[in-house]
Amino acid sequence: MQAIEHVAGKAIPFGRKNVDTDVVIPAHWLKTITREGLGQGAFEAVKKEPGNVFTDPAYAGAPILIAGDNFGCGSSREHAAWALLDMGITCVIAPSFSDIFSGNAFKNGILTVALPQAAIDRLMEVAVDHPIDIDLDTQTVTTPFQDRFTFEIDPFRKHCLLNGLDEVGLTMAQGDAIAKHEAKARTALPFLMKTPTTVN
Amino acid sequence: MTQNPRTLYQKIWDAHVVDQRDDGTCLIYIDRHLVHEVTSPQAFEGLRVAGRTVRRPDLTLAVPDHNLPTTARKDAAGHVLPIADRESATQLAALRQNAPEFGIRYIDATDVEQGIVHVVGPEQGFSLPGATIVCGDSHTSCHGGIGALAFGIGTSEVEHVLATQTLLLKQSKTLEVRVEGTLGAGVTAKDVVLHIIGTIGTAGGTGHVIEFRGNVFEEMSIEGRLTVCNMSIEGGARAGLIAPDETTFAYVKGRPYAPTGEDWDKALAWWKSLATDDGATFDKSVFIRAEDIQPTVTWGTSPEDTSAIGGLVPAPEDFADASKRDAVKVSLDYMGLTPGTRLTDVEVQNVFIGSCTNSRIEDIRAAAEVLKGRHKADNVKWAIVVPGSGLVKAQAEAEGLDKIIVAAGLEWREPGCSACLAMNPDKVPPGERCASTSNRNFTGRQGPGARTHLMSPAMAAAAAVTGRLTDVRDLTAPADLEPA
Ligand code: SF4
Repeated sequence: MQAIEHVAGKAIPFGRKNVDTDVVIPAHWLKTITREGLGQGAFEAVKKEPGNVFTDPAYAGAPILIAGDNFGCGSSREHAAWALLDMGITCVIAPSFSDIFSGNAFKNGILTVALPQAAIDRLMEVAVDHPIDIDLDTQTVTTPFQDRFTFEIDPFRKHCLLNGLDEVGLTMAQGDAIAKHEAKARTALPFLMKTPTTVN
Repeated sequence: MTQNPRTLYQKIWDAHVVDQRDDGTCLIYIDRHLVHEVTSPQAFEGLRVAGRTVRRPDLTLAVPDHNLPTTARKDAAGHVLPIADRESATQLAALRQNAPEFGIRYIDATDVEQGIVHVVGPEQGFSLPGATIVCGDSHTSCHGGIGALAFGIGTSEVEHVLATQTLLLKQSKTLEVRVEGTLGAGVTAKDVVLHIIGTIGTAGGTGHVIEFRGNVFEEMSIEGRLTVCNMSIEGGARAGLIAPDETTFAYVKGRPYAPTGEDWDKALAWWKSLATDDGATFDKSVFIRAEDIQPTVTWGTSPEDTSAIGGLVPAPEDFADASKRDAVKVSLDYMGLTPGTRLTDVEVQNVFIGSCTNSRIEDIRAAAEVLKGRHKADNVKWAIVVPGSGLVKAQAEAEGLDKIIVAAGLEWREPGCSACLAMNPDKVPPGERCASTSNRNFTGRQGPGARTHLMSPAMAAAAAVTGRLTDVRDLTAPADLEPA
């Protein structure tokens, strides 16, 4: 996973609320068996709207997306995160995110930044012509006009994003604790620890 | 040591904590993992690339559902028919190959046990009360109907669970949704949950796990409880729960994966201890009177856009919130609806009875009850009934329900997700309307440009008969209708 310290550059001023993952990547793009190439299908329906920000050459290759409340609601498809990554987006800024989407984004090395609506409104204005700068270490979003917004992030997520750590590997290192739980459950709640396909 | 009163959620959570970090993140043990073809290929790919194995293949079950065509799977001679869509075929083939390669039991498309994961889990007794259950599909919340803590995960998490049998989670807040009173005739579990979502909104449960409480749920069948918990996610909650009780135990007992003998006794004792303690507190509570719930349909493109069937298509100005007004405008435009139109005047060209929300035997029975001795309207061009599993299909056929359905002019299909998300060939044509028993009315969900109205199986069957949205109570003498 790619480490993230700093995301700076153009931001796509999308701003729409309740963007569900069907909008981010429609279901007919889910039929892949690898992670690459999904950027093409990202925001497919929005791209057909006249004057949309996704086909506007001004924002081509922008690493930041600004959206409205409840971004990433709906289906749990992680393809939404892969599609954003494939578009080159590594940071999404919105007033709030669906739990599933923010988890998926994190696991794929996308930073989600939650800011109050007033800050979003300001960033939407700035993004039209100017770059935005996100610093994960200091947890701040800044603009060329001295705007400065701080955001909260879970310390563990911050640590993993800053160091590009892979979550599966981190948990596998806790194999002993997992085995201990299994041993305890085998006595206390044995029915949870086996199925007809369990060997011995 | 006396324990503080705890909620059902808290008790299940406590029993599964492997480790807790300082920031409150917990490593939670996962008891059951359901795998399907859409969200697993990249997870298996990840394991393979890293040279990792599946920690507990015995607690994992793989079954294809999302992509499968619902037409015949074998020809007259018994040969398996190929799948025309190349991408679907590739995903299905990947699961068929990955599951055995990693030692996981795989149910094939041609096996009678095959079905939608969320129908198969409870039906096989693979999903158990008090268990933590995950699947790479957001409607995993469904299994909360048997008292399991169940939620959807993304592919990275699928990979994490395959490799470690655990997940990193933060405890959610708790939301109590209490429904008490007597449900009116014709009001089903689906109407209850649509009404709840209409009340709390699609963000009402964000960050929370919902516990559905009150006599309405206590008196509900397991099928009904699965329907309610299924749509918790549409209320913004990752999971929904209903305390396991005698109805649950009777349902689980004797199923292929259910515990037996001494294990059963131990299980029963523990399950009985799981109900929320008196005095336990919830972060939020919502109370709804059962008498206020009518047969309900959606008119917009968000599951919170609900109305009693007797109502009118609303106008954007009816909403106080400015952003909701804009959303309503967009959604009415997409839906091709004019404010003030009576919902019962809205014509439908398609009917879909199926999905993990409403494809269990009770749902098929409810639809057949309405269809019996009737025929679909001429303006309804496409109407399909898709059972949730091969076992539901067999049961329905044993009861002769398939004959009623076919005689009414509807098609009786093979099990799978079908037109719920239209990844297979079952799609609603652009601009056409569908009375659907599924869970999402999002833009394009049932096919590009498709217009979805969510409702119960009985209401969808009624719509098939009249060719428009219909109050099922107008079709059936009220005395014949049992609240479900
Ligand atoms: S029926 Fe629909 S909601 Fe249920 S698992 Fe299939 S696609 Fe998901």
